[in-house]
Amino acid sequence: MSRETILEVRDLRTHFFTKAGVARAVDGVSFSLARGEVLGLVGESGSGKTVTGFSLMGLVDPPGRLVSGSIRLGNEELAGLLEEGWRRLRGRRIAMIFQDPMMTLNPVLRIDTQMIEAIRAHVDISRSAARERAREALARVGIPSPDERLSAYPHQFSGGMRQRVAIAIALLNEPDVIVADEPTTALDVTIQAQILYEVQKLCAETGLAMIWITHDLAVVGGLADRVAVMYAGRIVEQGPVDAVLDAPYHPYTHGLIGSVPSQNRRGTRLTQIPGMAPSLLALPEGCSFAARCPRADAACKVLPDLLELSAGRTARCHHPHGLVETTVGEDA
Amino acid sequence: MSVFILRRLLQSVLVIVAMAMIVFFGVHLVGDPVYMFITPDMDQQDIENVTRALGLDRPIWEQFWLFIVNALSGNLGQSFIFGEPALGLIIQRMPATLELAFAALLMAIVIGIPLGLYAGLYPDSVGAKTIMAGSILGFSLPTFWVGIMMIMVFAVMLGWLPSTGRGSTVDVFGIRVSFLTLDGLRHLALPALNLALLKISLVIRLTRAGAREAMLQDYIKFARAKGLSRSRIVGVHLMKNILIPVVTVLGLEFGSLIAFSVVTETIFAWPGMGKLLIESIQQLDRPIIVAYLMMIVFLFVVINLVVDILYSILDPRVRLGDRGQ
Amino acid sequence: MASTETPIAGIAAPRRADTPFRRFLSDFTDSRLAVLAAIGLAIVILAALLAPWISPQNPYDLAVVSVFDARLPPGSQSMDGVTFWLGTDGSGRDLLSAILYGLRISLSVGVASAAIALTIGMIVGLVAAYAGGRTEGVIMRIVDIQLSLPAVLIALILLAILGKGIDKIIIALVIAQWAYYARTVRASALVERRREYVEAAACLGLSHARIVFRHILPNCIAPLIVVGTVQTAHAIALEATLSFLGVGLPQTEPSLGLLIANGFDYMLSGKYWISVFPGVALLITIVTINIVGDQLRDALNPRLQK
Repeated sequence: MSRETILEVRDLRTHFFTKAGVARAVDGVSFSLARGEVLGLVGESGSGKTVTGFSLMGLVDPPGRLVSGSIRLGNEELAGLLEEGWRRLRGRRIAMIFQDPMMTLNPVLRIDTQMIEAIRAHVDISRSAARERAREALARVGIPSPDERLSAYPHQFSGGMRQRVAIAIALLNEPDVIVADEPTTALDVTIQAQILYEVQKLCAETGLAMIWITHDLAVVGGLADRVAVMYAGRIVEQGPVDAVLDAPYHPYTHGLIGSVPSQNRRGTRLTQIPGMAPSLLALPEGCSFAARCPRADAACKVLPDLLELSAGRTARCHHPHGLVETTVGEDA
Repeated sequence: MSVFILRRLLQSVLVIVAMAMIVFFGVHLVGDPVYMFITPDMDQQDIENVTRALGLDRPIWEQFWLFIVNALSGNLGQSFIFGEPALGLIIQRMPATLELAFAALLMAIVIGIPLGLYAGLYPDSVGAKTIMAGSILGFSLPTFWVGIMMIMVFAVMLGWLPSTGRGSTVDVFGIRVSFLTLDGLRHLALPALNLALLKISLVIRLTRAGAREAMLQDYIKFARAKGLSRSRIVGVHLMKNILIPVVTVLGLEFGSLIAFSVVTETIFAWPGMGKLLIESIQQLDRPIIVAYLMMIVFLFVVINLVVDILYSILDPRVRLGDRGQ
Repeated sequence: MASTETPIAGIAAPRRADTPFRRFLSDFTDSRLAVLAAIGLAIVILAALLAPWISPQNPYDLAVVSVFDARLPPGSQSMDGVTFWLGTDGSGRDLLSAILYGLRISLSVGVASAAIALTIGMIVGLVAAYAGGRTEGVIMRIVDIQLSLPAVLIALILLAILGKGIDKIIIALVIAQWAYYARTVRASALVERRREYVEAAACLGLSHARIVFRHILPNCIAPLIVVGTVQTAHAIALEATLSFLGVGLPQTEPSLGLLIANGFDYMLSGKYWISVFPGVALLITIVTINIVGDQLRDALNPRLQK
């Protein structure tokens, strides 16, 4: 980690206070992000990865609430900001791209309207100057003839093009961090590859840091520098992407990798993780993965800490893979 | 697109012709209007003269054919009572009705949209619940009853506003209007509000439903993620999406405003064509009834067409003739 | 601490094994307002049914009514020492009695026209849904055109043609309202028709009538009840409006709307009660029916069942 750290999240907790009880969607998440780095945030649906992304944007709506923790962007503490403070930040220093490009652009407003307003919400410049900047942004994400496209409506674009527009909008004010919530899941594989390539180039060229939320390990493998695996609101494993994918510590990560079809293991049977993710309203005590874990035993009734098991790699497990059992003690 | 409009036009003509038949033959079932013009001292010859003068002696099919031919040249018969062209009488009364209906439409928008928006943005607040309860009342109370109560409270008990008539009017391009004088506005206030009440309730419901639905959409969250102010999100992103259904429905409801003005005009003695209709029904003034009904059907058809055009202007997806998804 | 087995999946609330009717009842009584409205409505209906026995006087018995008692304010006494709790109308009738009798007429007209409209609309809707094709197209075209015109306008046209009278207004209300039922029944019948069991029934060689009445119709009952309730309130309001305008019922059948119209002339001189009290009775009737109907919709809607 030689590069300058831009985002530092410590013990983030975002809970939803519903009638049926408190759902701990994000329960003690910590990670950091350096300039130009791409962090893959991986998990099943309901693991809290999207809520983590929204928490970083201050976009958690009631009954959800950021309960505790710290989010430091550069020198600024974001947790505890009021709405106006968040508003000033959003789209300027930290931007977001959503999953479904068909839904993220307002269908009844022209593209230029939606881009110009994003600039003028933060910078006091003329409409024509803002439009020029919007044109450049469209060109930068590879949209042909951006001048004409500016006056078009969203429904005149294909899904891939719309996602490029969304990325262009996120880039408009040259933010430090972009939170991308499964931005390629809804797209064709070829389009997905193009967009991943563009994004990688952007990060390398501009020093933009990115949190790439996905359930797709293949995407993470090709794009991210580091990966954090979430399960039931907590990060269970974190580390450099190649190391984690090659030799995961946590049984859950192990299971995830095992359930992805891959060329190297053709003909072998895919493993699957038994059972279902637990309800966030009624999380079991101790390790939340224990009920589905082949390695679980009595020790797992106590929540394991996130321990550094090797250089730059942490995992939250009493019985990690790839290590001699006794090195991380059953001291519970 | 033009094929669509052509088909719509053809359909409209069919509706008008069908209505013409229903109205014409239906109205002829009402008692023989000749007796309205007969005095006890008339003899058989006089009665026949009157009948012939009114054209009532000919076969009904012939009368209908004549009616259609005349209608196409803008002649819907002479009023039995006034002895003037019926269509002329209707048109003479129309500005008053249209003024009332437009005032009501304006009130529905100006009052209904902000209230509905508030109820949609803060659905759990006390204010929102009050608004929704009010809109349920607005839906279930009969218009004429609310009108009576308004007269009782604002005209009789408080004495703030006059209860009947149009007040002083001003001629604009030969059309008498009330809304340009203070006295006229005071006369317009109660009947317009009375007529608007149902539509206010409707607009509140539509706006609220639209706001609640739109607020859950990704594009609103994305707009927030861009750092837009709340006023920009609500005023531009939300409103433009809500306005489409609201304008469509309100446009279609304009015809019903004119229909309901029959009730309001009668209560507030507003001298429009609705009041004329009720008087004509009671006096069996057949040509006026027919002329009114034809005029209403014509208005409905025109309104439907206008709304379609407006709708396509507001919604770019329709304008270009292809739907996004 | 963690001694008990923790369930993996979420919290499964144990659901009482109720009969459908009891579940409906418990859903309905969820809203205190709806229960209150139901009680209010029951009282209104009872009052209308029992009017001849509970009214202080027979307001249309010329031997009892005296013109000298005309336009007395609420609480005054007649010359024979009878108290008029709600005052008297322009011809000296006890207003409370007149309202009870008027309620009877208003409710009968509303319920009768709603029932006839429901029957006709139901049959037409079922035919449209079951026959499909051209028949359905033509029927639904007519329904659409009719629904695009306000009911009050249709009723007004018809009464202009037919003239006054209790039978005429029922005909007008039926024609103005059948289309709502037809649309409702067709919509839910179409859903049912596409279900596999209907095809299965057809394969078994059951007759059309049997399939329609035994299999499709029962599933349209719930929406019909809801629409029927709301449309009854509409019919009552519509009749009152038309009678108020002087094109509905004749003076010999004084419904609430007519009572209100008769009192309207006195209102400007401050004799408010002649119009206001019949209006309040009308209001209570319509609002309670609407609230009950609203709650019925929630309680009978299977999608909303939690």
